[in-house]
Amino acid sequence: MTYLFNTPDQKREMLRTIGAESVDELFDQVPADCRLSGPLQVPPALTEVDLEREVLALAGQNVAGGRRVCLMGGGVYDHFVPAAVDEVVSRGEFYTAYTPYQAEASQGSLQAFFEYQSLICRLTGMDVSNASLYEAGTAVSEAAFMAMRVTGRHDRVVVLGSVHPEYREVLKSYLSNLRCELVVLPVPDGTADLASVKKALDDKTACLIFQHPNFFGCLEEPEELAKLARSVGALSIVAFDPISLGLLRRPGDYGADVAVAEGQSLGIPMQYGGPFLGIFACREEFVRKMPGRLVGRTTDRLGRPCYVLTLQAREQHIRREKATSNICTNQGLLALRATAYLSLVGPQGLKEAAELCCRKAHYAAERLTRISGVKLAFDRPFFKEFALRCSGGTEAILSKARQARVDLGPALSRFGKSIPPSLQDTILVAVTEKRTKQEIDELAAAMGD
Amino acid sequence: MRNLLASKPLFELAHPGRRGCTFPASDVPERPMESLIPQSQLCSSAPELPELAEPDVIRHFVNLSTLNMSVDTHFYPLGSCTMKYNPKRHERLSRLPGLVDLHPYQIDEAAQGMLAILFEMQQMLAEISGLPAVSLHPAAGAQGELTALLVAAAYFREKGERRTKVLFPASAHGTNPASAALAGFDCVQLKGSAQGLVDLEELKSHLDQTAAVFMITNPNTLGLFEPEIERVARLLHDVGGLVYIDGANMNAILGIARPGDFGGDMMHFNVHKTFTGPHGAGGPGAGPIAVREFLAAYLPAPVVTRLGLPSEKPTYRLSAPAKSIGRMRTFFGNVGILLRGYLYLRTLGADGLKAVSENAVLNANYLMTKLSDVLPTPHGRRCMHEFVASARALQKEHGISAMDIAKRLLDYGFHAPTVYFPLVVPEAMMMEPTETESKETLDAFADAIHKIVTEDPVSLHEAPHSTLVSRPDDVQAARKPILKWEPSAS
Repeated sequence: MTYLFNTPDQKREMLRTIGAESVDELFDQVPADCRLSGPLQVPPALTEVDLEREVLALAGQNVAGGRRVCLMGGGVYDHFVPAAVDEVVSRGEFYTAYTPYQAEASQGSLQAFFEYQSLICRLTGMDVSNASLYEAGTAVSEAAFMAMRVTGRHDRVVVLGSVHPEYREVLKSYLSNLRCELVVLPVPDGTADLASVKKALDDKTACLIFQHPNFFGCLEEPEELAKLARSVGALSIVAFDPISLGLLRRPGDYGADVAVAEGQSLGIPMQYGGPFLGIFACREEFVRKMPGRLVGRTTDRLGRPCYVLTLQAREQHIRREKATSNICTNQGLLALRATAYLSLVGPQGLKEAAELCCRKAHYAAERLTRISGVKLAFDRPFFKEFALRCSGGTEAILSKARQARVDLGPALSRFGKSIPPSLQDTILVAVTEKRTKQEIDELAAAMGD
Repeated sequence: MRNLLASKPLFELAHPGRRGCTFPASDVPERPMESLIPQSQLCSSAPELPELAEPDVIRHFVNLSTLNMSVDTHFYPLGSCTMKYNPKRHERLSRLPGLVDLHPYQIDEAAQGMLAILFEMQQMLAEISGLPAVSLHPAAGAQGELTALLVAAAYFREKGERRTKVLFPASAHGTNPASAALAGFDCVQLKGSAQGLVDLEELKSHLDQTAAVFMITNPNTLGLFEPEIERVARLLHDVGGLVYIDGANMNAILGIARPGDFGGDMMHFNVHKTFTGPHGAGGPGAGPIAVREFLAAYLPAPVVTRLGLPSEKPTYRLSAPAKSIGRMRTFFGNVGILLRGYLYLRTLGADGLKAVSENAVLNANYLMTKLSDVLPTPHGRRCMHEFVASARALQKEHGISAMDIAKRLLDYGFHAPTVYFPLVVPEAMMMEPTETESKETLDAFADAIHKIVTEDPVSLHEAPHSTLVSRPDDVQAARKPILKWEPSAS
């Protein structure tokens, strides 16, 4: 095997040093009745040549990589990834390094993560960012747990029905063996009704969780929602779209206590759902209650500036069952992708990307709603994604689009009981800066608008 | 040689007006932005991101990368972390457009190649673990632990049993108790025997109708295979509890022993350790779990199922197990890492997998023997894929600590081993050479340690001497945290 070194004569020499007769003798501590008697029943070994042939064939069975135009949304988007992002994360010194516990041997990763935290703070207007969580669903859950620690309220978490159904499902699982009640507020009109939100919040509520732009693409009233949470002493937790902040007000501007996001839009390919990037930023006063790693700047014994993992007393390897989270492995390389992406696009690029998404999405919505039986599900302002009701059923529209070599969706029926029955005839459509007027026109024409 | 300019903080390299990425002009009919988005929702100015040209960005990050040690550049014997070589074919193949550009909500019919890979990955992990039902969903080992504990909780709830305790040895990874607490269980830590193993009498004293799960790493974090693991499992099963195997150390027993065969009911794999998904400077990982048949119905959704008779061309579907605990994260899982694990398993086959563990154990025993005169291993003469040596004697007699040796190794061009873990060994140095290191490397590493222990302790306290920085002030970092760049702080 190409990855091993020990030749038969070296093995003999090593065994002699150890004082063992055979490699098998080294496994003496494994009791005989724990041993596997025969070989593992796994497929036979492949050379690199054969492996490549087989995987190329399997990859070719997927409809991906430009075979159809992607107008799909639902929390993962076909945004442009500059080549320079791929180059940065292809550096072996980054991707084959471990968690930077040994600061002297990891200043490269540490500085990059410090820059990541700095960029996320500037992007969101929040005080502090950690160095990444798994993805948005767990980031929402971690935020809820932090809210319980901060407020001392462990009984009630309120989440809007316009939050991504999978974020809510993750939260439900995370809370499943705890006494905390999870209240999901229905949002029949596409955005929250402030009066019913107000009614749902009380002095036992740890947090109010909302998404803006929300799962349906619509813009909520984030400032009002944050105020309502604050008025009962609960934390406001917003799940935002990073690209939208080229255009929309920042979570820090409208008073959110915690801002979390799916960072996939920031230079991370869709890769069937992961690995992605859980962004987690919050107000300074919560810093010692935050989940996840933090990189801080300090000086070394000669006074030279340097970076270290800090406030580790929050973490599982120190605090064990009293840790703020169980997270150990995080999404470092994806945080590096986001850092390179934000460095490349800069303020102007982010603004342009956001505006392009917004303009093209509105153009697409206008064209697609000319199709008979298709209309916007909600009459609300939206950013880059919108929900379409298809009176003839979603499958007819989706398959017609596929024939025109375009993927729309997902159909909300995919999310089963996490979506109200009234929305089972609804699909999502998302438009990124990559899409062209021609693609949208061709789709609309093929669908008979 | 070092480019001091390019490795300055990103924000200090910026210059107004620079661009690293431009987008096409809008090609749709122009409408004022205020007609699309209410004015009150719009930001007054773009976020204050640095302005950089593409060459700025590349030179900055490439220079930063050179400030790291990594598996591609150095021997990295971090115990418990399995820092093995990351094959380059994985990087090329996992980035094929048909895999990397696939939307997670693509319909199953349009993702058959991906689902075939993931289904086969489930099958292979079931075989390697000896546990028939697999979920590829968890994002990392710690999330695998939490997932399995919630599976156990759902199982007990359905049986109408109220079990509140999760037990684990003192040598357990910190994630074990952290996951148990997060899942809503009470944590019970066992001291263990003087030999570093589970003490059966101590374990028995905690076993009753409230015992839910015993979490154990096997081989354990001392690098020892628990000789009584089957009796441990029987004790748990006798009171109706479950055994969880933390699979962090699977690199020692691939094709040698299977958790399902020695009494485990549930386990996780660390694909980023055992199956060489690169560590990525902290992540991503993937933490698939495998469980016994009677727990299969509780696994998180989705799992991949195969339809059709064995004789027919298979089709694959995503589905939810009957009594699923639900989702633990969005979408399918950390597919990019699972793919790398799949490619590794397909490259190795059964013999290759066994050769991995044989060579990992040979290398670890060789290194342990080479170091035994200066860094004895308190717990036994032989080890599995890793060992925990102690610098206690050196500390007592010469004032040389595990930390001193670890830091000085960096000067010799070796990454440090894991130090001060597990907590049960004083001045612990946990070393895991892995199978992808040569005898020459192990000899050179052992030589370096032999030299280091003869060096002046005062100088060692200030090591490393050749690195860019040395002994950062952690206390200062934690007392007044500086967690982001600010103009005034530069």
